[in-house]
Amino acid sequence: MNIKNTLTTKLCTAAVLTAFAVAAPAFADEDAELVINGEIEIVTKTTAPAHLDGHLTEIMSGWRFRSDDTQAMEMDDFDNPGMLGAEEGLSQFETVMGTEGKACVDCHNGVESLASVRPTYPKWNDAKEAVYSIQMQINDCLTERMGAEAEKYDSKKMLNFEAILASVARGTPMNVAIDGPAQSTWEQGKEMYYTRFGQLDLSCANCHEQNYGNMIRADHLSQGQTNGFPVYRIKDNKLTGAQGRFKGCIRDTRAETFAPGSPEFLALELYVASRGNGLSVEGPSVRN
Amino acid sequence: MKRIATCFVALGLTASAAMAEVAPGSIQFEEGAVAQSLTGTAGNPAEGRTIMTTKSVGNCVSCHAATDYADVPFPGEVGPLLDGAGSRWTEAELRGLVVNPKMTFDGTVMPAFYKVDGFTRPGDAFTGKAAPADLPPLLSAQQVEDVVAYLMTLKDE
Ligand code: HEC
Ligand code: HEC
Repeated sequence: MNIKNTLTTKLCTAAVLTAFAVAAPAFADEDAELVINGEIEIVTKTTAPAHLDGHLTEIMSGWRFRSDDTQAMEMDDFDNPGMLGAEEGLSQFETVMGTEGKACVDCHNGVESLASVRPTYPKWNDAKEAVYSIQMQINDCLTERMGAEAEKYDSKKMLNFEAILASVARGTPMNVAIDGPAQSTWEQGKEMYYTRFGQLDLSCANCHEQNYGNMIRADHLSQGQTNGFPVYRIKDNKLTGAQGRFKGCIRDTRAETFAPGSPEFLALELYVASRGNGLSVEGPSVRN
Repeated sequence: MKRIATCFVALGLTASAAMAEVAPGSIQFEEGAVAQSLTGTAGNPAEGRTIMTTKSVGNCVSCHAATDYADVPFPGEVGPLLDGAGSRWTEAELRGLVVNPKMTFDGTVMPAFYKVDGFTRPGDAFTGKAAPADLPPLLSAQQVEDVVAYLMTLKDE
């Protein structure tokens, strides 16, 4: 297992902690590189996309901010509990659902044929004349082509689908379109990102743009990127979707939050995804 | 007759206590500072330390470290180290900082702890639901005084 060897050499350069050393948890080695299964190279740090000029020069995956142990779990699919969701997602993909007697594989030539989906969604859907998330697209397939019931937003089944779609796209750069017909949705998401919500009066940017790298109590603040979604959260023991994470972050500002599946969160998901354009798709990833 | 008299006394007491407390909407700032005590009752520094370091109360520790509470695990580093805050600032300035730090530091990420309006989508604590009409401030008037009293003890050596 050469992966484990590379890992050990990379561990524990984190002796830089000074005043907070006693209290802080095992820190991530911010220079570690992520290679999954010893073969899939993941870009976890790169130059920021042009639209972030004046805001960020470099973008980084949340993986870089996690502890060594959490980082290691994502380096090998056998250690990544999120891959169980991807496996379930694959069997869902092959299962006949609905009155038409069809499975996803009947229309899509293997899940790998959908490898361009995860890096490019949310995306403008010409036929529907709306920005679509992956979950919206899956629901259209379920209801319009398969004669099946729509799935609830962020249901376990949906997150399993997202996990398999992410896993076949790992290593490809995030590349959501922000111009053309998606632009006004993107602008709406951007405005939300800089809006200070709740009684704590905090915006996404206050934590993830101004303070990434800092500890907020026991949490090491990342840039709040979405390239790792869906994320297996160790403390919840399950997969979380990007909009579920947004819901938690806004709630934590002592605000009236928004619901996953809402138009507001769709816009925010597009905007936040665009902040990560250039980072590799990494999901299902592991976070604490 | 006697009963009525006791009643009046009790009413009088609550009324005067309530009047002494400055409401969040009536705070007088002067260049960020608030000179008048919010309650007229001196703050208790030990109580202030507990408020600042308890997650469910002030939770200042989520953003600030201080040598005096180095025993509290996981202090944050979003805000500056509070060592010497009682020497750097006057009591009135510290009160202003806790009540509403945006009056001192324009656009700061530090929340206002004695403010009840002017928020976007205020919530009911951490439930994610809408705030009640009578949203309470993050800290009560006396808690603010306790925190200020504690900050005043953080002197430079
Ligand atoms: C009070 C601070 C705070 C605010 C405000 C906040 N977050 Fe977060 N967020 C966190 C913390 C803490 C975490 C967990 C550690 C980390 O990854 O940064 C987190 C994690 C995330 C993650 C997961 C990143 C990953 O790789 O797993 C995303 C995405 C995210 N936030 C997006 C947002 C968005 C979008 C907003 C605004 C709607 C927002 N956050 C507002 C504190 C905040
Ligand atoms: C979300 C983060 C956050 C929280 C919570 C927070 N602060 Fe702050 N605080 C800051 C930041 C950031 C500054 C620096 C001001 C600036 O430049 O924005 C600051 C500045 C200060 C200062 C002046 C710093 C100095 O030493 O010169 C004091 C005093 C202070 N805070 C006290 C408190 C107290 C007391 C609480 C809790 C009741 C608290 N803070 C909660 C972020 C925070």
